[in-house]
Amino acid sequence: MLESETEGREMTATSIEATTLRPGFADPVQHAQQSFRLILEAMSRPGSLTELTCPLEPPQPFGPATAAAALTLFDSDTRVWLDPAAHSEEAAAFLRFHCGCPLTDTPDEADFAVCLDWPEDFGNFAQGEPEYPDRSTTLIVQVDSLDKVDSLNGEDGLVLSGPGIAEQERLRVSPLPADFTARWALNRAGFPLGVDLILTADRTFCGLPRSLTVQEA
Amino acid sequence: MQTTDATVADRSNRHSAETVAKTAGKTAQETTDRQRWLAILAKASREELEALVPDWLEELTWRYLRPPEVGMVMLRGRTGGDGAPFNLGETSVTRCALHLDHDGRQLIGHGYVLGRDKRHAQLVALLDALLQHPGETDRLASRVVAPLAAMQETLRKRQASKANATKVNFFTLVRGDS
Repeated sequence: MLESETEGREMTATSIEATTLRPGFADPVQHAQQSFRLILEAMSRPGSLTELTCPLEPPQPFGPATAAAALTLFDSDTRVWLDPAAHSEEAAAFLRFHCGCPLTDTPDEADFAVCLDWPEDFGNFAQGEPEYPDRSTTLIVQVDSLDKVDSLNGEDGLVLSGPGIAEQERLRVSPLPADFTARWALNRAGFPLGVDLILTADRTFCGLPRSLTVQEA
Repeated sequence: MQTTDATVADRSNRHSAETVAKTAGKTAQETTDRQRWLAILAKASREELEALVPDWLEELTWRYLRPPEVGMVMLRGRTGGDGAPFNLGETSVTRCALHLDHDGRQLIGHGYVLGRDKRHAQLVALLDALLQHPGETDRLASRVVAPLAAMQETLRKRQASKANATKVNFFTLVRGDS
Protein backbone atom coordinates (compact mmCIF):
# COMPACT_ATOMS: atom_id res chain seq x y z
CA MET A 1 0.00 0.00 0.00
CA LEU A 2 2.83 2.35 0.88
CA GLU A 3 4.57 1.58 -2.38
CA SER A 4 1.65 2.76 -4.50
CA GLU A 5 1.31 5.95 -2.50
CA THR A 6 4.87 6.91 -3.19
CA GLU A 7 4.84 6.04 -6.86
CA GLY A 8 3.52 9.40 -7.99
CA ARG A 9 6.39 11.18 -6.33
CA GLU A 10 8.97 8.78 -7.70
CA MET A 11 7.83 9.39 -11.23
CA THR A 12 8.46 13.10 -10.85
CA ALA A 13 12.02 12.48 -9.76
CA THR A 14 13.19 10.86 -12.97
CA SER A 15 15.59 13.49 -14.16
CA ILE A 16 17.74 13.71 -11.05
CA GLU A 17 21.41 13.81 -11.96
CA ALA A 18 24.21 11.95 -10.28
CA THR A 19 25.75 15.29 -9.38
CA THR A 20 22.94 16.12 -7.00
CA LEU A 21 22.91 13.04 -4.76
CA ARG A 22 24.66 14.14 -1.58
CA PRO A 23 26.50 11.77 0.74
CA GLY A 24 24.92 10.82 4.06
CA PHE A 25 26.71 10.72 7.41
CA ALA A 26 30.41 9.92 7.00
CA ASP A 27 30.20 7.63 10.04
CA PRO A 28 26.54 6.53 10.05
CA VAL A 29 26.43 4.83 13.46
CA GLN A 30 28.32 7.47 15.48
CA HIS A 31 26.85 10.49 13.76
CA ALA A 32 23.27 9.21 13.87
CA GLN A 33 23.65 8.50 17.59
CA GLN A 34 25.15 11.94 18.22
CA SER A 35 22.34 13.62 16.29
CA PHE A 36 19.72 11.56 18.10
CA ARG A 37 21.16 12.71 21.40
CA LEU A 38 21.08 16.36 20.26
CA ILE A 39 17.44 16.10 19.18
CA LEU A 40 16.52 14.28 22.41
CA GLU A 41 18.25 16.99 24.44
CA ALA A 42 16.45 19.73 22.49
CA MET A 43 13.07 18.03 22.97
CA SER A 44 13.53 17.37 26.68
CA ARG A 45 14.71 20.89 27.48
CA PRO A 46 12.51 23.05 25.27
CA GLY A 47 13.98 26.44 24.55
CA SER A 48 17.56 25.24 24.84
CA LEU A 49 19.48 25.05 21.58
CA THR A 50 21.78 22.21 20.55
CA GLU A 51 24.33 22.37 17.77
CA LEU A 52 25.08 19.66 15.21
CA THR A 53 28.68 18.57 15.65
CA CYS A 54 29.39 16.29 12.68
CA PRO A 55 30.11 17.51 9.16
CA LEU A 56 27.22 17.08 6.75
CA GLU A 57 26.55 18.35 3.26
CA PRO A 58 22.76 18.73 3.02
CA PRO A 59 20.68 18.43 -0.16
CA GLN A 60 19.03 21.66 -1.38
CA PRO A 61 16.97 23.21 0.19
CA PHE A 62 17.64 21.46 3.51
CA GLY A 63 19.99 22.90 6.10
CA PRO A 64 22.52 20.67 7.86
CA ALA A 65 20.36 20.19 10.97
CA THR A 66 17.28 19.30 8.90
CA ALA A 67 19.26 16.75 6.89
CA ALA A 68 20.77 15.29 10.07
CA ALA A 69 17.31 14.95 11.64
CA ALA A 70 16.11 13.18 8.48
CA LEU A 71 19.05 10.75 8.47
CA THR A 72 18.58 10.09 12.18
CA LEU A 73 14.81 9.70 12.42
CA PHE A 74 13.50 8.55 9.02
CA ASP A 75 13.56 4.96 7.84
CA SER A 76 11.48 2.60 5.75
CA ASP A 77 8.77 2.48 8.45
CA THR A 78 8.13 6.23 8.62
CA ARG A 79 6.00 8.07 6.11
CA VAL A 80 7.33 11.50 5.34
CA TRP A 81 5.55 14.53 3.96
CA LEU A 82 7.51 17.40 2.43
CA ASP A 83 5.92 20.82 2.10
CA PRO A 84 6.09 22.38 -1.38
CA ALA A 85 9.13 24.48 -0.46
CA ALA A 86 11.00 21.44 0.86
CA HIS A 87 10.04 19.11 -1.97
CA SER A 88 12.97 19.42 -4.34
CA GLU A 89 14.13 16.51 -6.48
CA GLU A 90 17.46 16.64 -4.74
CA ALA A 91 15.87 16.34 -1.29
CA ALA A 92 13.52 13.56 -2.43
CA ALA A 93 16.42 11.60 -3.95
CA PHE A 94 18.44 12.09 -0.75
CA LEU A 95 15.62 10.77 1.43
CA ARG A 96 14.90 7.83 -0.88
CA PHE A 97 18.53 6.79 -1.09
CA HIS A 98 19.71 7.32 2.48
CA CYS A 99 16.55 6.85 4.54
CA GLY A 100 14.51 4.60 2.24
CA CYS A 101 11.41 6.32 3.59
CA PRO A 102 8.13 6.45 1.67
CA LEU A 103 7.05 9.98 0.78
CA THR A 104 3.37 10.71 1.17
CA ASP A 105 1.10 13.37 -0.33
CA THR A 106 -1.24 13.52 2.64
CA PRO A 107 0.08 15.33 5.73
CA ASP A 108 -2.35 13.61 8.11
CA GLU A 109 -0.87 10.21 7.22
CA ALA A 110 2.71 11.30 7.76
CA ASP A 111 4.85 10.27 10.72
CA PHE A 112 7.21 13.13 9.96
CA ALA A 113 6.85 16.32 7.99
CA VAL A 114 9.58 18.63 6.77
CA CYS A 115 8.41 22.23 6.41
CA LEU A 116 10.37 25.16 5.07
CA ASP A 117 7.34 27.41 5.38
CA TRP A 118 5.24 27.58 8.53
CA PRO A 119 2.16 25.40 8.06
CA GLU A 120 -1.13 27.32 8.17
CA ASP A 121 -2.78 24.87 10.51
CA PHE A 122 -1.16 22.23 12.70
CA GLY A 123 -4.53 20.44 12.63
CA ASN A 124 -3.83 19.30 9.05
CA PHE A 125 -1.31 16.82 10.40
CA ALA A 126 -1.92 13.57 12.24
CA GLN A 127 -2.93 14.42 15.82
CA GLY A 128 -2.54 10.95 17.30
CA GLU A 129 -5.27 8.92 18.92
CA PRO A 130 -6.42 9.19 22.54
CA GLU A 131 -5.00 5.71 23.23
CA TYR A 132 -1.83 6.42 21.21
CA PRO A 133 -1.01 10.15 21.23
CA ASP A 134 2.44 9.25 19.89
CA ARG A 135 0.91 8.41 16.51
CA SER A 136 0.98 12.08 15.60
CA THR A 137 3.12 13.82 13.01
CA THR A 138 6.40 15.26 14.18
CA LEU A 139 7.12 18.43 12.23
CA ILE A 140 10.64 19.46 11.38
CA VAL A 141 10.35 23.15 10.65
CA GLN A 142 13.37 24.84 9.15
CA VAL A 143 13.66 28.56 9.90
CA ASP A 144 16.31 31.17 9.15
CA SER A 145 17.45 31.80 12.69
CA LEU A 146 16.93 30.59 16.23
CA ASP A 147 18.25 32.59 19.17
CA LYS A 148 17.95 32.18 22.86
CA VAL A 149 17.13 35.40 24.65
CA ASP A 150 18.94 35.45 27.97
CA SER A 151 17.28 38.45 29.54
CA LEU A 152 13.81 37.72 30.84
CA ASN A 153 12.90 41.38 30.61
CA GLY A 154 13.27 41.70 26.85
CA GLU A 155 10.50 43.03 24.65
CA ASP A 156 10.51 40.40 21.97
CA GLY A 157 10.58 36.67 21.42
CA LEU A 158 8.44 33.82 22.64
CA VAL A 159 8.09 32.95 26.29
CA LEU A 160 8.08 29.21 26.81
CA SER A 161 7.02 27.37 29.93
CA GLY A 162 6.07 23.84 30.77
CA PRO A 163 7.70 20.46 31.42
CA GLY A 164 11.47 20.55 30.98
CA ILE A 165 11.73 24.25 31.79
CA ALA A 166 12.47 25.40 35.36
CA GLU A 167 10.65 28.74 35.13
CA GLN A 168 10.57 30.08 31.64
CA GLU A 169 12.74 30.27 28.55
CA ARG A 170 12.86 32.91 25.87
CA LEU A 171 13.32 32.15 22.22
CA ARG A 172 13.57 34.34 19.15
CA VAL A 173 12.48 32.56 15.97
CA SER A 174 12.73 34.14 12.54
CA PRO A 175 10.63 33.98 10.47
CA LEU A 176 7.58 33.43 12.67
CA PRO A 177 3.93 33.91 11.69
CA ALA A 178 2.25 36.80 13.50
CA ASP A 179 -0.45 34.54 14.91
CA PHE A 180 1.91 31.77 16.01
CA THR A 181 0.79 31.80 19.65
CA ALA A 182 -2.84 31.43 18.57
CA ARG A 183 -1.95 28.50 16.28
CA TRP A 184 0.03 26.93 19.08
CA ALA A 185 -2.82 27.38 21.55
CA LEU A 186 -5.05 25.44 19.14
CA ASN A 187 -2.46 22.66 18.98
CA ARG A 188 -2.27 22.72 22.76
CA ALA A 189 -6.06 22.61 23.16
CA GLY A 190 -6.41 18.98 22.18
CA PHE A 191 -3.73 17.73 24.58
CA PRO A 192 -2.62 14.92 24.81
CA LEU A 193 -3.29 15.01 21.06
CA GLY A 194 -1.37 17.44 18.87
CA VAL A 195 1.89 17.72 16.99
CA ASP A 196 5.45 18.19 18.22
CA LEU A 197 7.86 20.52 16.47
CA ILE A 198 11.58 20.26 15.95
CA LEU A 199 12.84 23.66 14.82
CA THR A 200 16.08 23.76 12.86
CA ALA A 201 18.17 26.66 11.65
CA ASP A 202 21.47 25.93 9.90
CA ARG A 203 23.16 23.57 12.41
CA THR A 204 20.87 24.31 15.39
CA PHE A 205 18.04 22.22 16.85
CA CYS A 206 15.28 23.43 19.15
CA GLY A 207 12.38 21.31 20.38
CA LEU A 208 8.81 22.53 20.88
CA PRO A 209 6.85 19.57 22.28
CA ARG A 210 3.06 19.80 22.49
CA SER A 211 3.21 20.02 26.31
CA LEU A 212 4.64 23.53 26.07
CA THR A 213 2.83 26.77 26.76
CA VAL A 214 3.93 29.57 24.44
CA GLN A 215 3.20 33.24 24.97
CA GLU A 216 4.36 36.40 23.37
CA ALA A 217 6.72 38.56 25.35
CA MET B 1 23.22 -0.56 9.77
CA GLN B 2 23.98 -3.35 12.16
CA THR B 3 21.37 -5.79 10.95
CA THR B 4 18.86 -5.57 8.18
CA ASP B 5 16.02 -7.89 7.53
CA ALA B 6 15.53 -9.06 4.00
CA THR B 7 12.46 -6.96 3.27
CA VAL B 8 14.17 -3.75 4.26
CA ALA B 9 17.28 -4.65 2.31
CA ASP B 10 15.20 -5.67 -0.68
CA ARG B 11 13.24 -2.48 -0.62
CA SER B 12 16.26 -0.25 -0.35
CA ASN B 13 18.01 -2.26 -3.05
CA ARG B 14 15.12 -1.75 -5.35
CA HIS B 15 14.94 1.91 -4.44
CA SER B 16 18.58 2.52 -5.15
CA ALA B 17 18.56 0.45 -8.33
CA GLU B 18 15.55 2.39 -9.58
CA THR B 19 17.04 5.71 -8.61
CA VAL B 20 20.29 4.85 -10.32
CA ALA B 21 18.60 3.51 -13.44
CA LYS B 22 16.54 6.66 -13.69
CA THR B 23 19.29 9.08 -12.83
CA ALA B 24 21.03 9.05 -16.16
CA GLY B 25 18.00 8.17 -18.31
CA LYS B 26 19.37 4.74 -19.09
CA THR B 27 18.10 2.48 -21.82
CA ALA B 28 16.93 -1.07 -21.13
CA GLN B 29 20.06 -2.44 -22.78
CA GLU B 30 22.33 -0.37 -20.54
CA THR B 31 20.44 -1.62 -17.50
CA THR B 32 20.79 -5.25 -18.62
CA ASP B 33 24.51 -4.79 -19.25
CA ARG B 34 24.93 -3.27 -15.85
CA GLN B 35 23.02 -6.06 -14.14
CA ARG B 36 25.29 -8.55 -15.90
CA TRP B 37 28.56 -6.97 -14.86
CA LEU B 38 27.34 -6.34 -11.31
CA ALA B 39 26.42 -10.03 -11.01
CA ILE B 40 29.86 -11.06 -12.25
CA LEU B 41 31.69 -8.57 -10.03
CA ALA B 42 29.65 -9.58 -6.99
CA LYS B 43 30.56 -13.22 -7.48
CA ALA B 44 34.28 -12.54 -7.98
CA SER B 45 36.50 -12.78 -4.92
CA ARG B 46 38.43 -9.78 -3.72
CA GLU B 47 41.74 -11.40 -4.72
CA GLU B 48 40.50 -11.95 -8.27
CA LEU B 49 39.40 -8.33 -8.48
CA GLU B 50 42.63 -6.94 -7.04
CA ALA B 51 44.63 -8.95 -9.58
CA LEU B 52 42.64 -7.61 -12.53
CA VAL B 53 41.94 -3.95 -11.73
CA PRO B 54 44.26 -1.42 -13.36
CA ASP B 55 46.69 0.48 -11.12
CA TRP B 56 45.24 3.88 -12.03
CA LEU B 57 42.05 2.97 -10.18
CA GLU B 58 43.73 4.22 -7.00
CA GLU B 59 44.24 7.69 -8.48
CA LEU B 60 40.58 8.37 -9.30
CA THR B 61 38.61 11.10 -7.54
CA TRP B 62 35.64 9.66 -5.75
CA ARG B 63 33.79 9.88 -2.45
CA TYR B 64 31.44 7.65 -0.55
CA LEU B 65 27.71 8.31 -0.74
CA ARG B 66 27.26 5.43 1.67
CA PRO B 67 30.42 4.16 3.36
CA PRO B 68 30.79 0.36 3.34
CA GLU B 69 28.47 -1.17 5.91
CA VAL B 70 27.83 -4.74 6.95
CA GLY B 71 24.32 -6.11 7.29
CA MET B 72 22.36 -9.31 7.11
CA VAL B 73 20.11 -10.63 4.38
CA MET B 74 17.92 -13.70 4.40
CA LEU B 75 18.88 -16.34 1.87
CA ARG B 76 15.94 -18.10 0.30
CA GLY B 77 16.01 -21.41 -1.48
CA ARG B 78 13.61 -23.72 -3.25
CA THR B 79 13.59 -27.44 -2.63
CA GLY B 80 14.70 -29.23 -5.76
CA GLY B 81 15.15 -25.88 -7.49
CA ASP B 82 11.44 -25.35 -8.18
CA GLY B 83 9.64 -26.30 -4.96
CA ALA B 84 8.17 -24.09 -2.28
CA PRO B 85 10.52 -21.28 -1.19
CA PHE B 86 12.01 -21.55 2.28
CA ASN B 87 14.36 -19.43 4.36
CA LEU B 88 17.77 -21.04 4.34
CA GLY B 89 19.39 -18.71 6.85
CA GLU B 90 20.92 -15.29 7.12
CA THR B 91 24.22 -14.25 5.65
CA SER B 92 26.38 -11.19 6.07
CA VAL B 93 26.49 -8.77 3.18
CA THR B 94 28.59 -5.65 2.73
CA ARG B 95 27.34 -2.80 0.61
CA CYS B 96 28.58 0.62 -0.35
CA ALA B 97 27.79 3.39 -2.81
CA LEU B 98 30.16 5.99 -4.14
CA HIS B 99 30.22 8.97 -6.40
CA LEU B 100 32.93 9.09 -9.04
CA ASP B 101 34.05 12.19 -10.90
CA HIS B 102 35.83 10.86 -13.96
CA ASP B 103 36.66 12.48 -17.26
CA GLY B 104 33.85 15.04 -17.09
CA ARG B 105 31.20 12.58 -15.95
CA GLN B 106 29.46 12.17 -12.62
CA LEU B 107 28.81 8.51 -11.94
CA ILE B 108 27.31 6.53 -9.08
CA GLY B 109 28.56 3.02 -8.39
CA HIS B 110 27.07 0.38 -6.12
CA GLY B 111 28.80 -2.61 -4.58
CA TYR B 112 27.02 -5.49 -2.84
CA VAL B 113 29.13 -8.49 -1.88
CA LEU B 114 28.77 -11.51 0.38
CA GLY B 115 30.86 -11.40 3.53
CA ARG B 116 32.29 -8.55 5.55
CA ASP B 117 35.12 -7.35 3.37
CA LYS B 118 34.66 -3.59 2.98
CA ARG B 119 37.48 -3.22 0.46
CA HIS B 120 35.73 -5.86 -1.66
CA ALA B 121 32.48 -3.85 -1.74
CA GLN B 122 34.42 -0.66 -2.47
CA LEU B 123 36.21 -2.27 -5.44
CA VAL B 124 32.93 -3.49 -6.92
CA ALA B 125 31.33 -0.05 -6.48
CA LEU B 126 34.29 1.70 -8.07
CA LEU B 127 34.33 -0.69 -11.03
CA ASP B 128 30.54 -0.32 -11.39
CA ALA B 129 30.85 3.47 -11.55
CA LEU B 130 33.72 3.30 -14.02
CA LEU B 131 32.02 0.74 -16.24
CA GLN B 132 29.16 3.20 -16.77
CA HIS B 133 31.55 5.69 -18.34
CA PRO B 134 31.14 5.42 -22.12
CA GLY B 135 34.89 5.80 -22.64
CA GLU B 136 35.77 3.01 -20.23
CA THR B 137 33.03 0.43 -20.70
CA ASP B 138 34.64 -1.61 -23.50
CA ARG B 139 38.19 -1.34 -22.20
CA LEU B 140 37.26 -2.41 -18.66
CA ALA B 141 34.73 -5.00 -19.79
CA SER B 142 37.38 -6.85 -21.79
CA ARG B 143 40.07 -6.39 -19.17
CA VAL B 144 38.15 -7.18 -15.98
CA VAL B 145 34.63 -8.46 -16.61
CA ALA B 146 35.33 -10.89 -19.46
CA PRO B 147 38.12 -12.84 -17.70
CA LEU B 148 35.99 -13.07 -14.53
CA ALA B 149 32.99 -14.26 -16.53
CA ALA B 150 35.13 -16.92 -18.22
CA MET B 151 36.54 -18.04 -14.88
CA GLN B 152 33.09 -18.29 -13.32
CA GLU B 153 31.74 -20.17 -16.33
CA THR B 154 34.61 -22.71 -16.18
CA LEU B 155 34.00 -23.22 -12.48
CA ARG B 156 30.29 -23.65 -13.03
CA LYS B 157 30.87 -26.23 -15.75
CA ARG B 158 33.39 -28.12 -13.64
CA GLN B 159 30.97 -28.27 -10.71
CA ALA B 160 28.11 -29.28 -12.97
CA SER B 161 30.14 -32.12 -14.53
CA LYS B 162 31.28 -33.29 -11.10
CA ALA B 163 27.71 -33.33 -9.87
CA ASN B 164 26.58 -34.99 -13.05
CA ALA B 165 29.12 -37.83 -12.56
CA THR B 166 27.45 -38.77 -9.29
CA LYS B 167 23.98 -38.86 -10.80
CA VAL B 168 22.31 -42.21 -10.33
CA ASN B 169 19.86 -43.51 -12.91
CA PHE B 170 17.45 -45.98 -11.48
CA PHE B 171 16.09 -48.59 -13.78
CA THR B 172 14.51 -51.98 -13.33
CA LEU B 173 15.93 -55.09 -14.95
CA VAL B 174 13.51 -57.34 -16.70
CA ARG B 175 12.44 -59.87 -14.15
CA GLY B 176 10.43 -62.98 -14.13
CA ASP B 177 10.90 -66.30 -15.87
CA SER B 178 8.31 -66.82 -18.40
